[in-house]
Amino acid sequence: MAGVGSACLTVALLTALYAAGASVYGVVSGRAQWVTSGRRAIYCVAALCVAAFAILESAFLRSDFSYKLVAEGSSTDTPTFYKVTAVWATQDGSLLLWATLLSLFASAVLFLTRRSLRDIAPWATAVLACVAAFFLFLMVGWENPFDTLAMVPQEGAGLNPLLRHPAMMIHPPMLYTGYVGFSIPFAFAIGALIARRTGADWIRATRRFALIAWTFLGTGILLGALWSYSELGWGGYWAWDPVENASLMPWLVGTAFLHSIMVQEKRGMLKVWNVSLICATFVLALLGTFLVRSGILESIHAFGASTIGVQMLVFIACVVALSAGLILARLPDLRTEARLDSLLSREAFFLLNNLVLVGLCLVVMWGTFFPLISEALTGTEETVGPPWFNRIVTPLALVLVLLSGIGPVLAWRRVTPGRLVRILAVPAGLTLLTLAALLTLTDAAESVTSLVMFSFVAFVLGVVGQEFVRGASARRVMTGESWPQALLRLLGRNRRRYGGYLVHAGIAVLFLGVAASSAFMEQRDVRLSPGETIRIDDYEVTYREATARLGGDGSGTGAPISFGAVMDVRRGDQSFTLHPSRNYYSTGDPSKGAISRFFEGEATSEVDVRWGLRRDFWLAVRPDLISLEEPIARADRQFADSPGQVQAIVIRTLADLYREDPPPAAFRAIVSPLVAWIWIGGAIAVLGALVAAWPSPEARLRRARSLYAARVGRELTRA
Amino acid sequence: MNPARKRKIRLVVALGAALCLAGLLVYTSFSASSEAAQPSELREGQSYDLTGKVVNDSVERRGDELRFEIRDRDGSASVPVVYTGVVPDPFREGREVIVSGELTRGRFVAERDSLVTKCPSKFTEDKQSS
Amino acid sequence: MEYGLALIALVAVVAAVLARPLVRGDRAERQDSTRIEELRAAKEAKYREIRDAELDHRMGKVSREDWRAVDRDLRGEAIEILRELDRLEGRPPS
Repeated sequence: MAGVGSACLTVALLTALYAAGASVYGVVSGRAQWVTSGRRAIYCVAALCVAAFAILESAFLRSDFSYKLVAEGSSTDTPTFYKVTAVWATQDGSLLLWATLLSLFASAVLFLTRRSLRDIAPWATAVLACVAAFFLFLMVGWENPFDTLAMVPQEGAGLNPLLRHPAMMIHPPMLYTGYVGFSIPFAFAIGALIARRTGADWIRATRRFALIAWTFLGTGILLGALWSYSELGWGGYWAWDPVENASLMPWLVGTAFLHSIMVQEKRGMLKVWNVSLICATFVLALLGTFLVRSGILESIHAFGASTIGVQMLVFIACVVALSAGLILARLPDLRTEARLDSLLSREAFFLLNNLVLVGLCLVVMWGTFFPLISEALTGTEETVGPPWFNRIVTPLALVLVLLSGIGPVLAWRRVTPGRLVRILAVPAGLTLLTLAALLTLTDAAESVTSLVMFSFVAFVLGVVGQEFVRGASARRVMTGESWPQALLRLLGRNRRRYGGYLVHAGIAVLFLGVAASSAFMEQRDVRLSPGETIRIDDYEVTYREATARLGGDGSGTGAPISFGAVMDVRRGDQSFTLHPSRNYYSTGDPSKGAISRFFEGEATSEVDVRWGLRRDFWLAVRPDLISLEEPIARADRQFADSPGQVQAIVIRTLADLYREDPPPAAFRAIVSPLVAWIWIGGAIAVLGALVAAWPSPEARLRRARSLYAARVGRELTRA
Repeated sequence: MNPARKRKIRLVVALGAALCLAGLLVYTSFSASSEAAQPSELREGQSYDLTGKVVNDSVERRGDELRFEIRDRDGSASVPVVYTGVVPDPFREGREVIVSGELTRGRFVAERDSLVTKCPSKFTEDKQSS
Repeated sequence: MEYGLALIALVAVVAAVLARPLVRGDRAERQDSTRIEELRAAKEAKYREIRDAELDHRMGKVSREDWRAVDRDLRGEAIEILRELDRLEGRPPS
């Protein structure tokens, strides 16, 4: 079947190239049948990619080790969930996932626009086909997921234990859906530029795709943060690592894009800005995909280590050149239809918000690429770390949150200052009240930036709440509905606006969690023996006893050995128990002893967290195996050639040895307030985005009716 | 003030603000940065982000301290490191690490919690034997 | 071997699918129908703008005079769209 899969990819590549050619020929010569053929070609590419993906998945599920990918990334003892998701843990598999998602999304948008945008859609088809062709080309030429091994191994290497966490496995498809989603508006923007139809049509057709892409990308980023917090042993959720930044940059610019397209739709302004922004978003999405793989940033000398680094850079350079050239060539067609009337208007604030977001993206970009920049400018490679990022990003984030509170209150074109003051009175009052409460009732004043952020968050929530209340009461005046009805109808009839307000509220809550947990967290690193207690914040933590489990680890990752601790935590009259542990996976390294290889493979920290709305209690343990070193070395010599069962008994004895008399283990305990609100805020934002993206029933009904009307028309002319 | 003039003023203000921000960016990054170096490039009396591979059989735990040696990625120059703090899960001999600190009397004394281990790359040529 | 056979088979299937529109000839619908779709979308957007402007006024963000002016402009634009839609759909002007 591997041959079939490989053939699917090759044919998909040829079909994608045909799609590009046919669409361009069709639109240039005016022969619609070629355009139709090109569109169908995209459908075919999607079908072929899905088929190839299915073949690959089945190989993983069957643990067919004749596939190189399966042998390297999976094993018979990998839990089924991780077998399925291991496909995209590899370079080749993730390229296939990208191509599949891209061709599916492209098919969807082309199907939905098959009767409209006749000038633009064929060019968009060509662009999407070329991008798909590039990914397919990478696979067919260099990283073929269907490579087979001449000698089929008995067992596979297994999925990297660090990835065995649900969030980490859902994270790539989410990110890719985000990246792929942004390619749709990009393709249509290019099409609009080429076809000189630079009105808002291309925006209207692809707005939902942009919103969906933004949502998935944001969710993917949050999942990554969640994974870092709950799986890695350092207890943080964001490290300004190049890989993290690579996914954040397109999201920031994408957020700017979602706002500025509204200005073009309403007022015909910012045309150059919008096309530039979506091109930048797409380029950053490509960069994000590739940064993780090329090794450029971790060391410029590792640039050649990846087999597809050069090709990626060439492709990205081509996209940048094409976009820039096209925009410059079409500048006359991108003239603005209106001008900014007043700084106190939605347009002005959207522009301001865009500037802040793009500014944030540039800051992140600067810091991420700093090693390359400094090497180029000064000859020495320098890096900047989280302290620098936090210092520069925090004020910008504060401004952003503040703007997100003022924006909803403004109207298009102009709001008179008097009115503005009157509308902002209540939220501003709420903010001052909150500020006063925080100053007097809590020690929030210890961190000025957090205090300011809390106030701004209160402001945003106040504004959003007021918008809902005033909007509903305005409805009630006209229709006399009850409050719940009015609120629901308000949301239903103004999905974009009120969905957007929900997103603002969600993001504000998210920043609340970020500010509180970064400024007010308490952390302690200690070494404890069983029976010992420490204090952190106002908690008392006691190391009750050590644990040692073989097989069946609690988190379902299939780890053979698991050493940990049972910790009793008490605070006032509240008490709970935590079970942090460390999983040990074996290594196939032949230089390791027969018994020690069980302990010398990968090891992961299985953190235990007590989630709470007010604070999280996070605990990680790193057992010290020093007391086992001698027995293990002895066992290596004694049982070097013993059968598996005997070795298992030896391991069990060692585990009992650890459990009964463990040396002091290293613990890290963190109490961070309001962390849960980061995830809750994110969920609210996603909910808001869904509301904003939901198609309105009137439009759907009208579309259905118009299809029938068209059919009647056709049949009448035929008769 | 006619609208065209107002627009020009706004543009100038915006560009001015952007330039200030850019200047701030460049200044703070160069002053807050730390130099990345491999063991062969180290010099006493300056703090570095030391990068390199962990030398096989050099990892030793002594109570709170972790001692190991780092060598150049493609070379033999190595330096002993003394480290305290959280050790990332992928840390293992043969892996690439980054640790911040200063070279003092021939030993690299690392800052607490500054150890970063690069995930064994699934995307490069070298395969981990496991 | 398997690869080669699959390649030929898939190329054949795909070619058949792609050739159908070419063989069936010029099925291009009237140039107008594109315009109609776009006008309909523009009409929806314009209606939403009118509703938004009214909501803004009712919530006190915009004064009555400002709203009246904007509403007049928007309704005028909507009428233009409707007029062209009617013309293209062959309906008698209302």
